[in-house]
Amino acid sequence: MEIDAASVHYRDLNEEINRVIKEGVKHIVLRNVNGQRYIGAGLQGADIKIDIYGVPGNDMAVFMDGPAIEVFDNAQDGVGNTMNAGNIYIHGHAGDVCGYGMRGGKLFVLGDVGYRVGIHMKAYMGKIPILVVGGTAGHFLGEYMAGGIIILLGLERRPGQPIAGDYLGTGMHGGTIFVRGEVDNRRVGKEVGIEKPDDAEYEILKREISEFARIFHINGDEILSAPFVKLYPKTHRPYGPMYNSRWNWQRGG
Amino acid sequence: MIAINKKYSDPRDISGCGLVGFINRDGRCVDGSHIIKSLCLMKERGNGLGAGFAAYGIYPDMAGYYALHLMMDYADVKPNAERVIFKFFTVHREEEIPTRSNPYIKNPPLFWRYFVEPRKEQLLVEEGDDDLVVRAVMEINNNVSGACVISSGKNMGSFKGVGEPADIADFFMIENYRAYIWMGHTRFPTNTPGWWGGAHPFTILDWAIVHNGEITSYGTNRAFLEMYGYKCTLLTDTEVVAYALDFLLRKHKIPLRAAFYALASPFWKDIDIESSENREFAEALKAIRIQYAPLLLNGPFAILFGWKNGLVGFNDRIKLRPLFAGEKDETLYMASEEATIREICEKPDRLWMPRAGEPVIGMIKEGVENWR
Repeated sequence: MEIDAASVHYRDLNEEINRVIKEGVKHIVLRNVNGQRYIGAGLQGADIKIDIYGVPGNDMAVFMDGPAIEVFDNAQDGVGNTMNAGNIYIHGHAGDVCGYGMRGGKLFVLGDVGYRVGIHMKAYMGKIPILVVGGTAGHFLGEYMAGGIIILLGLERRPGQPIAGDYLGTGMHGGTIFVRGEVDNRRVGKEVGIEKPDDAEYEILKREISEFARIFHINGDEILSAPFVKLYPKTHRPYGPMYNSRWNWQRGG
Repeated sequence: MIAINKKYSDPRDISGCGLVGFINRDGRCVDGSHIIKSLCLMKERGNGLGAGFAAYGIYPDMAGYYALHLMMDYADVKPNAERVIFKFFTVHREEEIPTRSNPYIKNPPLFWRYFVEPRKEQLLVEEGDDDLVVRAVMEINNNVSGACVISSGKNMGSFKGVGEPADIADFFMIENYRAYIWMGHTRFPTNTPGWWGGAHPFTILDWAIVHNGEITSYGTNRAFLEMYGYKCTLLTDTEVVAYALDFLLRKHKIPLRAAFYALASPFWKDIDIESSENREFAEALKAIRIQYAPLLLNGPFAILFGWKNGLVGFNDRIKLRPLFAGEKDETLYMASEEATIREICEKPDRLWMPRAGEPVIGMIKEGVENWR
């Protein structure tokens, strides 16, 4: 089903989406979207697909739990905020704080992403959120990361453009960040260790990047031919000692 | 395709301020409908407690005179403000700023504009026309109860008040003005009052500022600027940014980029890194940071800054507020959201997310004078 979103207020649009899904529609195409917020917010159902033409507004797919959303343009801030399950594919770039507190599902962005992306992502047992960025990221990628996987590819960079901003993984205490190529040590948070991915981790990279390449019609083998580094938390409680000493507790882990 | 029943006309959501601005670098003037359309797309970023516009090129036939926009609580205040105006200036034309009654604009103040020329005998030693205008504006804002000058540049004006963007635009009939630089703002007041004077833009001479965020260094900045005669009277943090830029660019005549390196200085760690690559530049950054330390803006912000020759957008150093830029032909756009730009710019040549602390600068092309 197609919905024309031109000049429609976001509340009207989202109500309409919810209404047609309730009636059993599984595939929705949104045309002329421009800035409407909260599209797919809290939406459930793994068999639902939404295609978006135009630029969706902030907090797209916030709390989403199952559906797939494909954006054939750029997206704004807060994509996939605290999402629980589902797949988001963005053919353009995405703004700040994407994947914030993400706890499951996949978020693939072909282009660059803004600042504070993937902060406080978390994982629990089988639920492992995966964020793949085709371009570059601003400061604070994976800040306070508690779980899940971020893969940063840095494709089609301008000369001299760094793949990631400063404070990469600052406060990280779980999860893994993979960066294609090298990372500048000074950009990486003190709590983060850097090493080569092992074979099992390369399998994960292969799996996710192949899927990423298939969705965006790019050459996955070429992406995989470059070396990757792995960023991981050195400890699960990076700030533990700080609080312990303040409150005169015994030093913990 | 299905048509949608438009039910929600007046929603109120918690959000942050929204800003948008564009400059036609070839000096081409366009009417206010574009800025209104784009700003209204970000209605949800404000809460109806402040909206405003700044426009450059709107008074071509009076371009040689300073245009004072005076905001007054009630008509009785007018003679008191005029006593100051007539003391400092020869008034070449004065009129009520045209407004239209709008059902959502309650108890608006009175708006009057004066096209003035400084009286030479009022100039103090070493004072120029601009200095006199600043002194007169400070005197009215500080000493005349119930009146403030919200705009004092040549061939430009600021229009602002308490209301949603669409209603403030309707009230001031913004669509009737033609300008080559437009700036718009919708406000969500956080820690200062939502009153008419506190709406954005903030201006002095032809410098105009719209801002999303909080200037947590307001006290320090204000204390410094007061030593140089700037009086902060509008109860809002953003005011200091307008005066700081007037101080840096007009009084100290430092280069444009240097001014932004003073307000949003690189961190010391970044200056150290720069040192190994470009020592001279790093030394300049250090000097600016030390010399203008009291003007360093702390806290989260995205700011648009306009004057007769350009429009600049800049962020705090870790980008705690959104800023987006786009370009098509001779027009440079900046806004809080990409959709805001796309709303008025079909098929842009370039769209990008500016980096923290790196100003985006749009200047009127050299030799362009037809905007006068």
